[in-house]
Amino acid sequence: MTGGTELAVQGRFGTAVSAAARRGELVVQPRMGMPTVTEMQQGLRAVRQARATTVGTITLDSYTRVGDHSSARRALAAGSDLNGFPIVAHGADVTREMIAGVGDPGFAIQVRHGSPLPLGIVQALLDAGLDATEGGPVSYCLPYSRTPLKESVDAWARSCELLAERVPGAHLESFGGCMLGQLCPPSLLVAISLLEGIFFRQHGLSSVSLSYAQQTSFAQDMEAIAALRRLAGEFLTGTQWHVVLYTYMGVFPQTTGGALELLRSSAVLARVTGAERLIVKTPAEAHRIPTIADNVQALEEAARTAREVGDAASEVADSGLYAEARALVETVLDLGSDVGQGFLKAFSRGYLDVPYCLHADTAQRTRAYIDGEGRLQWLSAGFMPVRAVPPAGAARLSADGFLHMLSHVQRSFDTPELDSGSRTLPSRGVLSSSMG
Amino acid sequence: MALPVPGQGTHPLGDRKRRVLISSTSSDSHTWNLVFLQILLEEMGHDVINIGACVPDEFLIAECRRTGPDMVVLSSVNGHGFLDGTRVISRLRREPDLAHLPVLIGGKLGTRGEGDSFGEQLMAAGFDAVFEDTKGIGAFREYLATAGRAVELEATA
Repeated sequence: MTGGTELAVQGRFGTAVSAAARRGELVVQPRMGMPTVTEMQQGLRAVRQARATTVGTITLDSYTRVGDHSSARRALAAGSDLNGFPIVAHGADVTREMIAGVGDPGFAIQVRHGSPLPLGIVQALLDAGLDATEGGPVSYCLPYSRTPLKESVDAWARSCELLAERVPGAHLESFGGCMLGQLCPPSLLVAISLLEGIFFRQHGLSSVSLSYAQQTSFAQDMEAIAALRRLAGEFLTGTQWHVVLYTYMGVFPQTTGGALELLRSSAVLARVTGAERLIVKTPAEAHRIPTIADNVQALEEAARTAREVGDAASEVADSGLYAEARALVETVLDLGSDVGQGFLKAFSRGYLDVPYCLHADTAQRTRAYIDGEGRLQWLSAGFMPVRAVPPAGAARLSADGFLHMLSHVQRSFDTPELDSGSRTLPSRGVLSSSMG
Repeated sequence: MALPVPGQGTHPLGDRKRRVLISSTSSDSHTWNLVFLQILLEEMGHDVINIGACVPDEFLIAECRRTGPDMVVLSSVNGHGFLDGTRVISRLRREPDLAHLPVLIGGKLGTRGEGDSFGEQLMAAGFDAVFEDTKGIGAFREYLATAGRAVELEATA
């Protein structure tokens, strides 16, 4: 299923995903990052041994993400908790030994971080013998940082070049299909993911993946992933690419039953759309940081569901999503041959404008809503080349309506569970949910 | 917990259109809470300047000077709101030109949930009102509405 020609070079990560796709297996992957060598190694080993086709994840901690390696070192020395693996503070030798201890030199591992200025992290993962990471100049800058977009574009260009130069076939995933986690209409997610893929290729990479995060409507998500695949086929010829789906990243169901049902629906979605890889969420996530066992359970549940579905190709109804995504992509490509420069112009002029994003380098003129059928639509499109379709009689978003939308998916999946009367719902603020 | 004290230096929003600056604290990267407040205040007819998440203290002070808001609303949900809020309000109140600017704080201000209560201490540190999330958004809405009427009464007295 993986696109591109066989001429493009692929490293360990890209090869593992291609091989699974040829066998008709969905690759499942956790989000996982522990501070110490022992814990991280145990986590990777458990993921490798799960009853599923897996790749491993090393998620980095917040100090490393912002480049504050001395704080990470102090936390390690003091034995304090960190929310991920501080790859720079541990250093290349320690990280290599940690990976060697997983006991499978062929096991593909991706480093996940969230940094708009990732050069130091890329250097560290390469030094440790790793060949895959994720992010992007837009997707790791606008939602999570105050870093100017121009600095992120420059840093990501240099980081891509370093990856390509040091490891032929190094793999980079665009996080562009996950902007803000929720309430972004799919056409824009598809466009940003594809454009970041083109950016990666312009800076020398030959193995990329394009992300898409499950949103509010199964039918719309199917159409979105079909559009993403079609656009990748058109714009990424000669590059090895695959699609990675993320289980819903917004406000998550609080019941175990609801959370598992949402996880399973993402596995079905991956299967019917031909997505090669799925990044899972665990039912524990709404309440606490998931344990290794929580992660393994989620991986196995997703893999089992995917096997049961087979790879039924389904008909996708066309609501115009492909055309809208393509218009956004072409608008940026028309701004110049360099996609990085195109991004800067497009965001400053509002041609790309992520709804509810507060980054100072965006126009902040767009808003989205969930329509009566559960699909994400544009309430206002600002200066983007797309058409807004506000609902009849309610062109303005109310604060209560906004809260209702944020918890739409949670409610849809929790309500059947609560109606069955088996569980009580613990309270958790919708607004304090993390972005993913 | 809402602790509006209209008689003690609060300069609340009136019924006319005002400028409200919304900001997170230095350590908090959440944004949906900020977007919600923006929509709520816009719904009430006010102009909003939303300066986003992870706002360094100096940047907040500079933006207060640059934009000249009628009120500042700080929102934090990562559990460090009490610490970050106490620090930034002390700094802000040391600036003579910002000493009397109405500044509110709300959200999940501590890490322990129900057991936390920081209202008194945050008021003592210099906030004009404190809204802890355990009491819901109703108190904040009510405060803005009541505050508006208070100004009206003062003006007609």
